[in-house]
Amino acid sequence: MSDVLFLDRADRTHGSGETAVHALREVTLRVAPGELVTVMGPSGSGKSTLLNLAGGLDRPTGGRVLVEGTDLGALSGRGLAALRRRHIGYVFQDLNLIQGLTAAENVSLPRELDGVRTAKARREALAALELVGLADLADRFPDRLSGGQQQRVAIARALVGERRLILADEPTGALDSHTGEAVLRLLREHCDSGAAGLLVTHEARHAAWADRVIFLRDGTIADSSGPVGGPETLLQDAR
Amino acid sequence: MSIRHGLLALLSAGPRYGYQLRAEFEAATGASWPLNIGQVYTTLNRAERDGLVEIAETDPQNRVLYRITAAGRDALAAWFGGPVALTDRPRDELAIKLALALVAPGVDVARVVQVQRTATMRHLQELTRLKTAPEASGGAELGWALVRESMIFHAEAEMRWLDHCEAYLARAARHPRPAVPAGNDQDTEAVRR
Repeated sequence: MSDVLFLDRADRTHGSGETAVHALREVTLRVAPGELVTVMGPSGSGKSTLLNLAGGLDRPTGGRVLVEGTDLGALSGRGLAALRRRHIGYVFQDLNLIQGLTAAENVSLPRELDGVRTAKARREALAALELVGLADLADRFPDRLSGGQQQRVAIARALVGERRLILADEPTGALDSHTGEAVLRLLREHCDSGAAGLLVTHEARHAAWADRVIFLRDGTIADSSGPVGGPETLLQDAR
Repeated sequence: MSIRHGLLALLSAGPRYGYQLRAEFEAATGASWPLNIGQVYTTLNRAERDGLVEIAETDPQNRVLYRITAAGRDALAAWFGGPVALTDRPRDELAIKLALALVAPGVDVARVVQVQRTATMRHLQELTRLKTAPEASGGAELGWALVRESMIFHAEAEMRWLDHCEAYLARAARHPRPAVPAGNDQDTEAVRR
């Protein structure tokens, strides 16, 4: 199966010469459909750089980044923006919901920007809100939703349409543990139904929902855990 | 903890046969602590000797039905009422291993930390995978969910402790102790790795 995300020896250096900072050093990473991968590491290890490269928000200084087989480096600014809208969903710690738009309008906005007719965009938005269990709050404005509900709207916005690459940066940041777990369950389910997910978190219990956990140190992959066996292997280990 | 208290807890709900106690103990703890039937009967014999349980009846197949006594209920209440002493738990092999890695020559301590972190994360992933089943609502299922959560919290704490150790070691490597008596320098050497 072809990878949704492929970082091919991706390198990111800030500055040059003596003062150059190597944020990421030739990192190779593949994320297949159905796979959720977590990135963990101390601050400054390159987590955010990796996520920004994967999402086309930053460009590598060496190597390539491919999303759904397309080399992001070969795209024009406009082409990159279109690919981001169509194929990549982002969930960030600060939700970036637009306060003047309802939940449904927030979710349908990227589709409308993509030229989808309003009625169809709304249908897709309602379907995405249904997925995150918020169908009946679709017409509320963000300030009438709890923190957990707002985060679920942000996730619905990331899932809307046919995007198969979901990037999440500390998506449980401001949430209590129960709501945080619900967010991870949603990401997990979406990946189980065929999407590819890349998650950055510092919480081991959230990281553990992934198929693979990658440990970044000084811009390189120090180690990775996974893939995980089924429950049977655990019960065998316990004996 | 002792198996004794576990069996008393089950007997406090009513008389049980030994094989029943074993099955219920495993159901309640999600098989995270398997007992063999020999352990169950040895424990019951000693508890009977100490007056905590008594034989309610013996059926025609010679199977013995056990019942908790008043003294047994007192012992159980004392167990539930008091805290578990930290000294009753086994020593932490990992902490001791890391401490010894610092004094043994030629050990890459950072590697020891990373190997453990990967293994602990893998364990945490496996435990999390068990959570995808629908949430339990009561009884033994809920008991197993709590045991599983306990295992998750322990693994999570270990991850955090390992991160802490790594930062600690990195700081020590940047600021090695200035003067070390001759012949006793291997600990700082290991820290520098």
